[in-house]
Amino acid sequence: MNKTPLNQIHRQLGARMVDFGGWDMPVQYSGVIAEHKAVRTTAGLFDVSHMGEIEVSGGQAFDFLQYATTNDVSKLTDGQVQYTALCYETGGVVDDLTLYRFAADRYLLCVNASNSDKDFAWLQELLKKTDFSDVTLINRSAEYAQLALQGPVAANILAKLTSTDLSGISFYRFEEGLVAGIRTIISRTGYTGEDGFELYCAAADGVTLWQELMKVGESFGLQPIGLGARDTLRLEKAYALYGHEITAEIMPLEARLAWITKLKKGDFVGREAMLKAKEAGLLRKLIALTITTSGVPREGYPVLSGGREVGYVTSGTMSPSLKKGIALALVDAAVAESEEPLEIGIRKRQVPAERTSLPFVK
Amino acid sequence: MDFPKDLKYTEEHEWVLVEDDIVTIGVTDFAQDQLGDIVFVELPEVGDTLEEGDTFGVVESVKAVSDVYAPVSGEVVEINEALPDEPEALNNSPYDEGWMIKMKLTDSGALADLMDVAAYQAFVEKD
Repeated sequence: MNKTPLNQIHRQLGARMVDFGGWDMPVQYSGVIAEHKAVRTTAGLFDVSHMGEIEVSGGQAFDFLQYATTNDVSKLTDGQVQYTALCYETGGVVDDLTLYRFAADRYLLCVNASNSDKDFAWLQELLKKTDFSDVTLINRSAEYAQLALQGPVAANILAKLTSTDLSGISFYRFEEGLVAGIRTIISRTGYTGEDGFELYCAAADGVTLWQELMKVGESFGLQPIGLGARDTLRLEKAYALYGHEITAEIMPLEARLAWITKLKKGDFVGREAMLKAKEAGLLRKLIALTITTSGVPREGYPVLSGGREVGYVTSGTMSPSLKKGIALALVDAAVAESEEPLEIGIRKRQVPAERTSLPFVK
Repeated sequence: MDFPKDLKYTEEHEWVLVEDDIVTIGVTDFAQDQLGDIVFVELPEVGDTLEEGDTFGVVESVKAVSDVYAPVSGEVVEINEALPDEPEALNNSPYDEGWMIKMKLTDSGALADLMDVAAYQAFVEKD
């Protein structure tokens, strides 16, 4: 099984470890609910070193990425990050990712751990099939450790360890600087809906960066956070998770990701299929549901309207903030746009589910 | 981890308190620890009859759904009505406030298959 540079730290902290897509990762330390609350009220530190990093450079790096990804890379300036996706010709999603522009001819893609090899192979294949000759692809996943420092006091903690002016790094921007003397990419991004940073450093420096942050963060209430709370935090904000809201069989347009799908930017992989699907009318749409009585919706549970199955839950949990069952569900487009009352089939019961505007937790 | 001596245990990590022909059932300290934060509990209705091995309830943590099985056959005579509103009692007090149901035994023979505390402790360590 793959291990991040922080594996021993998690074990020393008594984390419960699980196999997460081939990675030995902490699912919880003190408990999912306590960890979730720490991130919403103070701050949490996540080891996300399992995420993959792919460097794309060269004179045609921009043109290649503009063709390979769904969002408009021309909108990016140096030091800016963009949420985007790689799609198949069918319009289904290879992966969702964040794209970092270091220079007009140098970019870094941060991709999902379990898709990292697939993404790299896909980009290599795409490069072979096209005319972009001046592009270099390097899989740098093993070279980086990545920590996410998230929560309302994240900036206060980080400021103790860096002379970089954090107020100068706005949301979805990044700078390279020293944190606790370690060369770090300081990115004001995250997957929790709170203010915070994703910090990339050399794999060998990961443990020191973690320890320094935990030491300084202690008086701020900083807690280590596992994958369990990472999932409840992102779901309360309705952020898509690959393999759930988006897959090879689901188009970004169906998953409320039209905002990263720039059909007017020019040709890109999957565009033709998306235009066709859009013209014909999308068949499915992602909606948000809240259980008003009791019950916890789970992935795969059916969504029903008048006893008829109209879709399924893509992600569901008990929201630690709302103390209610919340779900994202992919349903027939006509149902999504109607006001028909919906239910979620939970075992033998059909439980009323209220349509909810996103995010679940403002 | 706490395993009271006066209880019997199952391989599904339930505990059973036997008082004449009435048994009280819950999940063990080990089970609640493995599950993590429990956020939802579903119980049967008083009057339901259960066969040994039947699913009688559901316990859900933030991450997972687990069935709970009847360790013996009988009729449900009482349920812990406070539990659905306070599922965290299963974490905080698995043997006391976290009890789930009481059953009236139809066949006391099944009790012989349950583990005593020493056997259960050994079972947990092996698990």
